[in-house]
Amino acid sequence: MTSTQEQNISKPKPDQLQQEIDPTAKMRAINVDVWFGKKQVLKSVNLTVKPNTVTAIIGPSGCGKSTFLRCFNRMHELAPNAKMAGQILLDGKDIYERQIDPVQIRRRVGMVFQKPNPFPTMSIYDNVAAGLKLTGTKKSKLLDEIVRHSLEQATLWDEVKDDLKKSGTSISGGQQQRLCIARAIALQPEVILMDEPCSALDPIATAKIEKLVIELKQEYAVVIVTHNMQQASRISDYTAFMYLGELIEFGETRQIFEKPKNKLTEKYITGEFG
Amino acid sequence: MKSPNKQQIQKTIKFKITGDNLFKTLTTIIAASALIILFITGYTLVKGSIPVVQNFGLSFFFGQQWNPVEGGEVFGILPYILGTLATSGIALLIGVPLSLGIAIFLVEMAPRSLRVPISYLVELLAAVPSVIYGLWGLSVFRYWILNYIEIPISTYLGWIPIFSGTPRGLDIFTAGVILAIMIIPTVASISKEVLTAVPNSIREGAYSIGATKWEVIKRWVLSYGRSGIFGAIILGLGRAVGETMAVTMLIGNATGTSAMPKSLFQSGQTLASSIANGFMEATSGSLKLSTYLGIGLTLLIMSLLINVGAHLVMTRVFKVKGGAVE
Repeated sequence: MTSTQEQNISKPKPDQLQQEIDPTAKMRAINVDVWFGKKQVLKSVNLTVKPNTVTAIIGPSGCGKSTFLRCFNRMHELAPNAKMAGQILLDGKDIYERQIDPVQIRRRVGMVFQKPNPFPTMSIYDNVAAGLKLTGTKKSKLLDEIVRHSLEQATLWDEVKDDLKKSGTSISGGQQQRLCIARAIALQPEVILMDEPCSALDPIATAKIEKLVIELKQEYAVVIVTHNMQQASRISDYTAFMYLGELIEFGETRQIFEKPKNKLTEKYITGEFG
Repeated sequence: MKSPNKQQIQKTIKFKITGDNLFKTLTTIIAASALIILFITGYTLVKGSIPVVQNFGLSFFFGQQWNPVEGGEVFGILPYILGTLATSGIALLIGVPLSLGIAIFLVEMAPRSLRVPISYLVELLAAVPSVIYGLWGLSVFRYWILNYIEIPISTYLGWIPIFSGTPRGLDIFTAGVILAIMIIPTVASISKEVLTAVPNSIREGAYSIGATKWEVIKRWVLSYGRSGIFGAIILGLGRAVGETMAVTMLIGNATGTSAMPKSLFQSGQTLASSIANGFMEATSGSLKLSTYLGIGLTLLIMSLLINVGAHLVMTRVFKVKGGAVE
């Protein structure tokens, strides 16, 4: 395995050359390889995430986009047999360095999952406050403020302000997903990762989340995985197209959708395969 | 190929329906037999214990005297009821944390290659016959308990009432510890299933807001599975309350007032062990037989109360407080 790793690092990567090295980048993935057992699911993927932008990762099912996203907050480590090589930089520092605690990384890089997963044994209030309580925040006034602010940012406050003590799963699917976004926001992260956040939602709830994502980039860098190309074109500033574990093309969303450089990207965008 | 005519098809359908009905009737009878057995047992116990209750009234349940000599018979089973509660309590106190530790290790920590063999071994503990535990307890385990736990505690903490007396190793404490070992497979394997059923999305959500592994287990996994774990504990308690052979061999078998569980290091008696000790002497139609049937009835009622109480706790407390548990 180490030999493949070395090969990958020494080989000049076309993608790496394509992407200008931007000192203001919030996060960068450099030559990321991921294996599950012996199966390689990501092959030296490179990506730059700029602050206050929405970066969409698109591609057909099984292309590794969710796996890739999970590398950004070290969530993929939780899967048994997962191995990774390469670097992920957050503000220029590799989050996979030995002395770095994944818990700290996950507080700075929040995540929203495909299926809304609010904590069923906790109230709506506690769902949002849970992360802060882990850090030892006990002042109830401060908690109240942050919970309210997070729910407002997630455009959920008006709908749940009278039901804060109800279970986190007592609300609708779309509301649950916004609750999960509020839960991530409450920790005041720097980056928010979203793994197909609308795939389990109806069109109206989807529209709300999309609007919310665009608002969120005022304060955070957002990376969103989606299999919905229209969604990517509507909400993202940059788009990465992945296919079979490789990053095929990365660029500004308009360029990717209007003038894709790669034949494969063009075929995918025009719906020739998917 | 000739297509089957309508009559033939209808015939088959008709046959199928009667077959289903037959199956339904059969399964109903089989299911009902469980109820019937319970009913017959209950009836026998109630009918058999009428003489003893008529003779002693409530003092049968709340009396402490025990005199089986014919002519001056007195039977009070309060010490045995308390002995049952004490040994079962010790069993839960020791057995539940161990079982939860096993379950948490198997589900959250152990590599896959260890998970299956260890859970298999834990379940194998349940297959060891009770009398084997008793024999091992009698010939080996009680000396460990005596030398390494009871004597040191009684030397230094003997002034505390529950540790008073001269330890012999055949007492309430030893019986409780053996019971703890015996309930571990039940509580651990059910808790393991409960924890396995906690959806991964809950763990992922917790990790994503910066929880450590310990926090994920403590605040999310156990909290989500609490009603199931409670159920596992109740099943363990049920086993501890009714367990007979190993307890009879280890508890020291005191009778009457001397069986009142005042200290852990004192011989006692449980409801089940008192039956096992005395049923041989109870001739048919005697007051003694009625006494043992009365003890059996008390044991059955205790088990029923535990189960009903547990059910109430699970449906009321957990649902109301926890929202969508399970």
